[in-house]
Amino acid sequence: MKTPIRISLAALGVLLGFALGTPRSEAVKLTGYRLEQAPINLTDTASLQRGARTFVNYCMGCHTLQYQRWSQLGHRLHLNHQALRELMFLQTKPTEMMTNAMPALKAIRWFGAAPPDLSVIVDQKGSSWVYTYLQSFYIDPHRPSGVNNAVFYRVAMPDPFWKTQGMQKIVYRRVRPDGYLVNQFVKFTPITRGTLSPRAFRRQVGNLTNFLAMVSHPDELKRIHLGIWVIAFCVVFTILAYALKREFWKDVHRKHPHEQ
Amino acid sequence: MSETRTVPKPSAGWGKNLLGWIDERFPLTKLWKSQVSEYYAPINFNFWYFFGSLALLVLVNQIVTGIFLAMSYQPNTHLAFGSIQYIMRDVHWGWLLRYMHTTGASLFFVVIYLHMFRGLLYGSYKKPRELLWILGMLIYVCLMAEAFMGYLMPWGQMSYWGAVVITSLFGAIPWIGSHLVIWIRGDFGVSGATLNRFFALHVVAIPLMLVFLVVCHLMALHEVGSNNPDGIEIHENLDENGKPVDGVPFHPYYTVKDLFGVGIFLIIFAIIVFYAPTLKGIFIDPINYKPANFLQTPPDIHPLWYFTPYYAILRSFPNKLFGVTTFMLAIVVLFFLPWIDRHPIKSVRYRAPFYRILLLAFAATFLFLGYIGMQPATLFWQKVGLRMAEIYFLFFVTAWTYARSPSKLRLLVTFALSLAVILWIDWRFYLPSIAALIWWTLLIPLCYLILFYLVPLLWPGGMRDRTVPTRVTLR
Repeated sequence: MKTPIRISLAALGVLLGFALGTPRSEAVKLTGYRLEQAPINLTDTASLQRGARTFVNYCMGCHTLQYQRWSQLGHRLHLNHQALRELMFLQTKPTEMMTNAMPALKAIRWFGAAPPDLSVIVDQKGSSWVYTYLQSFYIDPHRPSGVNNAVFYRVAMPDPFWKTQGMQKIVYRRVRPDGYLVNQFVKFTPITRGTLSPRAFRRQVGNLTNFLAMVSHPDELKRIHLGIWVIAFCVVFTILAYALKREFWKDVHRKHPHEQ
Repeated sequence: MSETRTVPKPSAGWGKNLLGWIDERFPLTKLWKSQVSEYYAPINFNFWYFFGSLALLVLVNQIVTGIFLAMSYQPNTHLAFGSIQYIMRDVHWGWLLRYMHTTGASLFFVVIYLHMFRGLLYGSYKKPRELLWILGMLIYVCLMAEAFMGYLMPWGQMSYWGAVVITSLFGAIPWIGSHLVIWIRGDFGVSGATLNRFFALHVVAIPLMLVFLVVCHLMALHEVGSNNPDGIEIHENLDENGKPVDGVPFHPYYTVKDLFGVGIFLIIFAIIVFYAPTLKGIFIDPINYKPANFLQTPPDIHPLWYFTPYYAILRSFPNKLFGVTTFMLAIVVLFFLPWIDRHPIKSVRYRAPFYRILLLAFAATFLFLGYIGMQPATLFWQKVGLRMAEIYFLFFVTAWTYARSPSKLRLLVTFALSLAVILWIDWRFYLPSIAALIWWTLLIPLCYLILFYLVPLLWPGGMRDRTVPTRVTLR
């Protein structure tokens, strides 16, 4: 009963795929590309501030942080009212969430997918993923945006850092490990010079990742500081409980000497 | 008891007066004495006996943190995901409440699994504690329902798709299956209706049942008395006052001892809550940080770690009804343990070497099944999962065989029958393309069967039990 429907749906999908005209020789995925450890340091307020600035300038046109409040951001990053105002050029109240003006339905029409909210992106993908992803855009004329990404293959997002990083080309080998075509990553080669040096660019992305990690769990520092005290209390409690237990059990051991 | 019912003298302190006043109207002192300060527990409880009281502690933790979470949580498909973030960011100490609740959920299962394994080690399910075991199993099943429904609350991708998969299992039941699924979900798919009813069940219905069953479990325990690592009934050896010679009052001896256990537990609990609340994705799945999307199935759907042993069993069959039946059977069979293992010796300490290896093998099987359930559903893991599932059930067959001090013929017949069933399953689900995988994984149950059915023929000494002492031993 259900099978014919499934088959016809699958057939429809295949036909649609042909109709939309994915290039004939495009591989289904890219392998051999490795994630790089992100430089996360939640105590580095300067890095978080720079990351916040990068986010507002480069990401916020499309992406929101809908669970992050401006006022809490200011508090966490030690920004005074003036500095916080510099960051928020759309919102009127610091108690509002860090949202933007992009209509989701139009965004779907423009990009093919709505830009996701990034409040918990580091919890979802991991900081290394975010850090590497932001550095891994490369020129790909087959893609509507002109770029592809080695971490998120066939991503809909255009490269926000094409100016600061400069554009790069990918070099890969074509392999067929399981019968279907796979691109195996070899290296990136730069095409244009970025406005930032490679080191400065990595720092820019590192600060941004650090900022997003902070937004994913804003109370992490508090948690880490508090944890020591809670655990110390538990240890003292356990030692006392053990002493109490020994004291009480002395007479049991006295009463049952034959078993020892 | 009659002394406590007399009216206290005016010279007594106000506390005594109050207690007397209460005791005349409610059996407070009587209950305290009969259930705690004069409840005699064996003196030889070891490490394994901490987990009963710890389970109670975690239950209280779940209820208390749950109450506060429910004050800010929104059981609504548009708001649920955001309300969790609201709790994590805007509610005072919300992050602590939530991490205590998620960590508590996982540690509840750690504690319960260790508590159940204690029962297996020392035969605590055997006569006269059959009903105690069954009540415990009912608690376990309730806990599974509670955890499953609670997992839908964050309305993340894994919450949603996990609920889709598990509710769809009821669809495997012939005839009524598809109607049953709609009845459970309250909709044609998992939706807001499902979220709302799961919320109601998660915060009201099942916790009430849990608490009721825990009270019943404790009442049954105090009726039959606690077992102990030696598996000896301490109530058969009384002193001149009618108190067990090898027993001590639960309070203060075990209350202070359990307090020490609580301390150790709290240290572990705090380390996880404060330094690894997601425990590398084991306690909180990273995919669940993506809001539920019914148009996008995640590449791999799997439950949290505490269900993965059963999940591995479920998906080891290519046939849905077969898989669901086996998965249900894996839980149901535990209820019948008191009648499967009727060996007169309770404690593993005095059982034959082969039974001790058998029990260890069962624990290892369960852990390995849990690991398999976390792996992607490739053919390889499916087949290895099938083999481990076979071993899981072979434990019960073997325990049943060993309980009746089997003759050589009986061992051989059980060996042949078990092998026949395993080969029938292979024949039933045979695929020429994975023939090699089927044959070499067959070695797993084959080695198991040879070890527990043929080696005893060569080494009968391994089937000999040890003599049980008359008094409990302190180590």
